[in-house]
Amino acid sequence: MHELTAILLTTVLASTPMLFAGLGELVTEKSGVLNLGVEGMMLMGAVVGFAITTVTGHASLGILCAAVAGAAASAIFGVLTLLLLANQVACGLALTIFGVGLSALVGKSFIGSPLERIPQLHVPGLSDVPLIGPLIFGQDALVYLSIAIAVAVHLFLNRTRPGLIVRAVGENHDAAHALGYPVIRIRFLAILFGGAMAGIGGSYLSLAYTPLWNEGMTAGRGWIALACVTFSTWRSSRIVLGAYLFGFFTIAQLHAQAIGVPVPPEFLSMAPYLATILVLVLISRKASLVRMHAPACLGKVFHSAG
Amino acid sequence: MGSDFTLNRRRLLQGAAAGATVAALAGLPTARRAYAADFTVGFIYVGPHDDFGYNQAHAQGAAAVKKMAGVKVLEEENVPEDVAVEKSMESMIQQDGAKLLFPTSFGYFDPHILKIAPKYADVRFEHAAGLWTDKLPKNIGSYFGYIFEAQFINGIVAGHTSKSGKLGFVAAKPIPQVLQNINAFTLGAKLVNPKATTQVIFTGDWSMPVKEAEACNSMIDQGVDTVTMHVDSPKVVTQTAEKRGAMTCGYHCSQAALAPAGYLTGAEWNWTDLYPKFVTMAMKGEMIPNFYRGGFKEGLIKQSPYGAKVGDAAKKQADEVKAALSAGTYLIFKGPLKDNKGKEVIAAGASLSQSNESDVQLESMHFLVEGVLGDLPG
Repeated sequence: MHELTAILLTTVLASTPMLFAGLGELVTEKSGVLNLGVEGMMLMGAVVGFAITTVTGHASLGILCAAVAGAAASAIFGVLTLLLLANQVACGLALTIFGVGLSALVGKSFIGSPLERIPQLHVPGLSDVPLIGPLIFGQDALVYLSIAIAVAVHLFLNRTRPGLIVRAVGENHDAAHALGYPVIRIRFLAILFGGAMAGIGGSYLSLAYTPLWNEGMTAGRGWIALACVTFSTWRSSRIVLGAYLFGFFTIAQLHAQAIGVPVPPEFLSMAPYLATILVLVLISRKASLVRMHAPACLGKVFHSAG
Repeated sequence: MGSDFTLNRRRLLQGAAAGATVAALAGLPTARRAYAADFTVGFIYVGPHDDFGYNQAHAQGAAAVKKMAGVKVLEEENVPEDVAVEKSMESMIQQDGAKLLFPTSFGYFDPHILKIAPKYADVRFEHAAGLWTDKLPKNIGSYFGYIFEAQFINGIVAGHTSKSGKLGFVAAKPIPQVLQNINAFTLGAKLVNPKATTQVIFTGDWSMPVKEAEACNSMIDQGVDTVTMHVDSPKVVTQTAEKRGAMTCGYHCSQAALAPAGYLTGAEWNWTDLYPKFVTMAMKGEMIPNFYRGGFKEGLIKQSPYGAKVGDAAKKQADEVKAALSAGTYLIFKGPLKDNKGKEVIAAGASLSQSNESDVQLESMHFLVEGVLGDLPG
């Protein structure tokens, strides 16, 4: 029982960064913008969160600054793609490369400095209930925040008028423009939200999951978050499932090695991507399915004059 | 207004240009230029020189060379294992007149050193690994240590101090040099506690900080109380284990400063002795052996001082075995030896000695001994 608890607990921890980044990217993509810079924005968040927390001693300030750093990085992307009409795929990739380099530069002096993990909740009695106790009542604030944001994003996109407008912009920007919605401004806000979420996700890595800073420490989690959005077929409820499933793969791969399960660890590390490709193939088989799920204007440049 | 602005901007540009010129003249060349009378030695590292690991061990060797009279030392860190290292080597040779180079990372050898070495017959290239054969240029040398001897000592100490008898090993890749360490560590622990087991997790690459921390955490979750590692920087594993209250045996160089409570001992390279020796030979014009191997006996490796948790019994047994290894009378891989699938890998009476005769077999090791929990991929 103890080991099962450990696996489930670490799964939650491993999934949380992907959940944050995935939720942010979902809103960005729902508005019709494909930002491939998640990995770079996460790294910016990770390094800024770690640096600010180390210097000031306040983790909450560190997380806040991580969100600002992620949003700032995404603002560069927003200016390039929305105002200067540059190609989104190219800019997103460039943002990732930029984030890897800049975070390494900023974090140079923080490599190897120790940091206390952000505290975990402890409810006397409840946290000690076997299995579910530590799982539900023993997490840190960011885990609960990620769940709260997941619910909020779900309600926002499906139950509110602004959410509907974001989706309308993503489905058909010309029609939304004709109706008088400020397409560029809405998309810019969605990009900023995506950046902030990626920043918080990154800071979860450097402040809670493995409290340290190291160059390129996200190690592909930004890409998994992107895969997660596609895997969930752009549905907010499934993002949680996807993030936890992909988190489970990363943890299972370690435990499988230790226990001696005859599944190569390399297979488990590529499982998230395989699952994503599978989902893509499945929904791409029918044009109607694609139309139902993917934002129709995803990745398309919007010329407001035309 | 406008002209003022132009003037200001021009002044600013002039100032900036002057500043840049001064910086270019003053900063860069003096950092690299050597005096003609000096013997110039170049060190190239794949990572930062203060990584508490592989690169730091080499940098400590370089620091020892710096103290020698008449020697100029060049160092370049964070050089990737691609064409960048060729440029580093050529600039050290052409601009600074380096006569002896230590491109220290494993991946620098093939094809980069092999490509550059034939062009500069008067420059000596010394590489840390086991790839030199007599078909290759004679100005390339390969040196390496039997560091698994020190991992064997780590195992003995861990076998004494571990309460659960469950040990953990965070490994990068399943290559022979890593398997030697996993096996020697396990055999050392089993010498003390025949029931001891070593869980091994391969992270897949030399520097995967987050995955190393994950691996370390997941092993501790499963009851492992002592960990060691073979990755480029043992820092993350050491720090993670310390935070979780587990014990650590170090690798490459001493990580004692990172884990004051849980650091037991460590397997360290002793390049601080070897590099000055090689440099002296090169300065005298002597030939450095192309293929150089050694363990405790030859002084190529050393053991970190014992930590607070190491008891007297552990110290005594570890010191005895170390003395025997230093005397060259102790064999670690001797038959009968079974792998963790029950297959006999070394027959009774046979052995893989730490001597040049067995190097080829040692450096093609492909098994995990009984007591290791884990599988070799492929």
